[in-house]
Amino acid sequence: MIDLTTNTAGIVSPNPFWLASAPPANSGLQIQRAFEAGWGGAVWKTLGVPIQNVSSRFAGHTIHGVQGAGFTNIELITDRSLEVNLKEIAETKRLFPRNPIIVSLMVETESAWREIIAQSIDAGADGIELNFGCPHGMCERGMGSAVGQEPAVNERITAWAKKYSTVPVLVKLTPNVSDIVPHGLAAKRGGADGVSLINTIKSIIAVDIDRFVPEPRVGNRSSNGGYCGAAVKPIALHMVAALARDSRFGLPISGIGGVTNWRDAVEFLVLGASTVQVCTEVMLRGYGIVEDMIDGLARYLETHGCHSVSEIVGKAIPAYSEWGDLDLNYETVAKINADACIGCQLCVVACHDGAHQCIHPQEGTRVPRVDESECVGCNLCQIVCPVSHCIEMVQVQNGHTPATWNQHITTGATLRPKKGAH
Amino acid sequence: MAAPLSNHRSEAAFEDFKLPLLRDGAMAEATRCLFCHDAPCIKACPTAIDIPQFIRKIASDNVHGAAKTIFESNILGMSCARVCPVEVLCVGACVYNDTEQPPIAIGKLQRYATDRAYDESWKFFSAGPNSGKRVALIGGGPASLAAAHELRRLGHACTILEKRATLGGLNTTGVAPYKMRADRSISEVEWVLSIGGIEVRTNVTVGEQITLAQLERDFDAVFIGVGLGADTMLGIPGETLGNVHGAVEWIERMKLRAVDLSDVRRAVIIGGGNTALDAAREVRGLGVPRVTMVYRGRREVMSGYAHEFAAAANEGVEVEWQAAATALRNAREGTLRVGTVSCTRLDDGRRAIAGSAFELDADLVLVAIGQAKLSALFDGFEGITLDHGRIRTDTDGRTGRARWYAGGDCQNGGVEVVNAAAEGKAAARGIDADFRRGGAR
Ligand SMILES: Cc1cc2nc3c(=O)[nH]c(=O)nc-3n(C[C@H](O)[C@H](O)[C@H](O)COP(=O)(O)OP(=O)(O)OC[C@H]3O[C@@H](n4cnc5c(N)ncnc54)[C@H](O)[C@@H]3O)c2cc1C
Ligand SMILES: Cc1cc2nc3c(=O)[nH]c(=O)nc-3n(C[C@H](O)[C@H](O)[C@H](O)COP(=O)(O)O)c2cc1C
Ligand code: SF4
Repeated sequence: MIDLTTNTAGIVSPNPFWLASAPPANSGLQIQRAFEAGWGGAVWKTLGVPIQNVSSRFAGHTIHGVQGAGFTNIELITDRSLEVNLKEIAETKRLFPRNPIIVSLMVETESAWREIIAQSIDAGADGIELNFGCPHGMCERGMGSAVGQEPAVNERITAWAKKYSTVPVLVKLTPNVSDIVPHGLAAKRGGADGVSLINTIKSIIAVDIDRFVPEPRVGNRSSNGGYCGAAVKPIALHMVAALARDSRFGLPISGIGGVTNWRDAVEFLVLGASTVQVCTEVMLRGYGIVEDMIDGLARYLETHGCHSVSEIVGKAIPAYSEWGDLDLNYETVAKINADACIGCQLCVVACHDGAHQCIHPQEGTRVPRVDESECVGCNLCQIVCPVSHCIEMVQVQNGHTPATWNQHITTGATLRPKKGAH
Repeated sequence: MAAPLSNHRSEAAFEDFKLPLLRDGAMAEATRCLFCHDAPCIKACPTAIDIPQFIRKIASDNVHGAAKTIFESNILGMSCARVCPVEVLCVGACVYNDTEQPPIAIGKLQRYATDRAYDESWKFFSAGPNSGKRVALIGGGPASLAAAHELRRLGHACTILEKRATLGGLNTTGVAPYKMRADRSISEVEWVLSIGGIEVRTNVTVGEQITLAQLERDFDAVFIGVGLGADTMLGIPGETLGNVHGAVEWIERMKLRAVDLSDVRRAVIIGGGNTALDAAREVRGLGVPRVTMVYRGRREVMSGYAHEFAAAANEGVEVEWQAAATALRNAREGTLRVGTVSCTRLDDGRRAIAGSAFELDADLVLVAIGQAKLSALFDGFEGITLDHGRIRTDTDGRTGRARWYAGGDCQNGGVEVVNAAAEGKAAARGIDADFRRGGAR
């Protein structure tokens, strides 16, 4: 048996799968059912001064027929009373002592932070997560992403939290910034034990074009919402990796954003997260999705000869580099496997209209031909091909010594002649 | 140990009727699954496989986990993926049936995962710690195999006694080869036996070479998985002519050996159940130009599945509805081979209509009107009671005699492989519970 135990900033969990602070972690009974289903930990729905939500508050983004490929919400932090939440935290901890509960918090003043942190820890919190991320509503009240977007404020509040907390403090970062790194560093200066990211992305998911109102429609108007779900994973992966590879940073990371299965989770782990948090996919399919996450991750580790999750954390970071350090002399060309080709010619039109006009139809067959002397190796044909392994991108042994742009401009390293630039 | 199969089997002529899914197709189909809550497909599966969960695992490319989920519920998941009438089980319950979109191809996805498990020799199960208890299983069909595997997981030693030379029961000797050929069933037998600790004694007929009393004396518990008996015949004149066979007997011959149909121009299949439909499609598939079924009722009341009938009709099988065979006659004076089937039309009350007699030419007649029950074996064996020839048990397979259990066709009267798998496993749990309770010595 593979041991999936993880440790993020001192918060130990039986597996790296946590519920993100959101509706699936709204109440004790829900979180207890989640732990029953196998979830490792849970970040409680953000506590603070209970708010009042609008009725219509979510909207889905259907992409090429896939419902909920993206998701948005305009809900705020918890609308339940603090006493009830604290009581349920204590009860859940009593029933599931091995599963960490991280309590997400969002209040305004230093004294409010001090008080709510103490109450959370009294209730049994294994960690505190500072919600500096909510991109709607709360930021208008000077909290959430309004904090997360200002490194100085972030640092100050983090320092308060550290001062009053006896358990690890995670800072949940907002993606609504141009560069995540200064914000991660601000949290670090404030003394954070780790960070969680990403919160939702400021967005307008869709517009009702008959009523001329954005979605989700609240009567006859709407507001910008927080985008999340499968579609945001690439943005989240980048932000996680940007922090993980910055030598000044070095704090543990809990990765969030678009995790739907164990494969997504592995991507976050190899880019430097030591746990992952999930909201949207649970909202769409329920706690039961964790069974495959646990089983798939264990199988992945086993087939890769690993015994623990920590062995893969950050494993892809060394391979994430600046563009200027990529080998410009590395060359690939597309090869079409005629036996696998079904003759749709999507690659032909993609290459002709969207790339370098080097895949051509042939007389007497629907299988196209690649003009390798012109192929720049961009991957577009492989991306559109509906048959996996039909188009392979094959490395060309062109005899050129590897040379990056940075080497070229600093030491004059020789670049191979350009292809397709005529 | 079981004997190897012959290399000259007529069934080898058949290709799979439903083609397997490859990775792209499996991923696309799996992604379509809605992961329903309290899923109707699970309830429609006698072994209650967590279907949405295994499909979600296929969608995440965790095929290993998918196979584990399947086998955890049903160790015969590989054959079930091929032979289950999914149209009336899981697939028939899929919520997509209430939309204009096709239901999820659950059988094909199950085959995708389980075939991969066989191809890659994944091992999911090991025997439980030795309990010191020994269980005899009469018959080596699906019911006993499922029971034995579960018993081994629980640590009990098993001995299968099988009268034939091979194991697998009707999965080996009966199911249509365009669903699954015998060699695949034998792979399944090996898959099940690979848990270790299952002793196999073939060519042993319980009641002849070994008595019930001996089993009772030598084992801590006995599971009866004998299935059904020989084909029921019509009892009409001419049934002893050459080229007249019980359908199940003929199918076994066709699957395990070679049958010669080269001079058969027309075959007549008597009956309207799934065995009749299978036999008709098999004879037709082996190249017999005309295949005619003779069935007493109308199409709407035929016990064979509508989807099987549609496939048979599509392959050119004809049917004489509301007709009964009254006599079989030889082709010419002096030959001992069948040549014609005398029939009569029946009314809606299945009574012969006077003056409606007609004849069908036939060089081969297969009788598929049911299988006898093997109950004679238990005549006078106190506690084992029969209900229309079926052995009575509770839901955990307990018969009325202490330490004797039953499941599969001999208990349910003849349903599907998956029912036998479910009942065999349930009986194993029942046996284990009784051992723990000290119910057996
Ligand atoms: C022609 C045909 C086609 C079928 N097709 C399908 C299908 O496509 N899909 C499906 O799900 N189901 C199908 N079935 C039904 C399915 O095969 C049975 O429901 C299933 O095999 C029952 O399993 P079992 O273990 O109870 O009995 P069996 O499979 O009948 O196995 C019983 C075993 O016990 C042995 N035995 C009997 N008496 C003794 C004795 N005294 N001593 C020792 N051994 C003994 C027999 O030789 C046999 O191997 C078909 C049945 C038939 C007849
Ligand atoms: C309906 C909804 C409510 C949310 N509420 C909170 C919240 O109260 N506190 C918080 O830190 N994040 C909240 N989030 C953000 C999620 O915790 C998570 O960071 C984000 O949804 C990205 O993860 P996902 O792609 O798995 O959904 C909310 C998200 C959604 C969809
Ligand atoms: S999901 Fe539940 S709470 Fe939300 S609109 Fe539907 S019924 Fe109401």
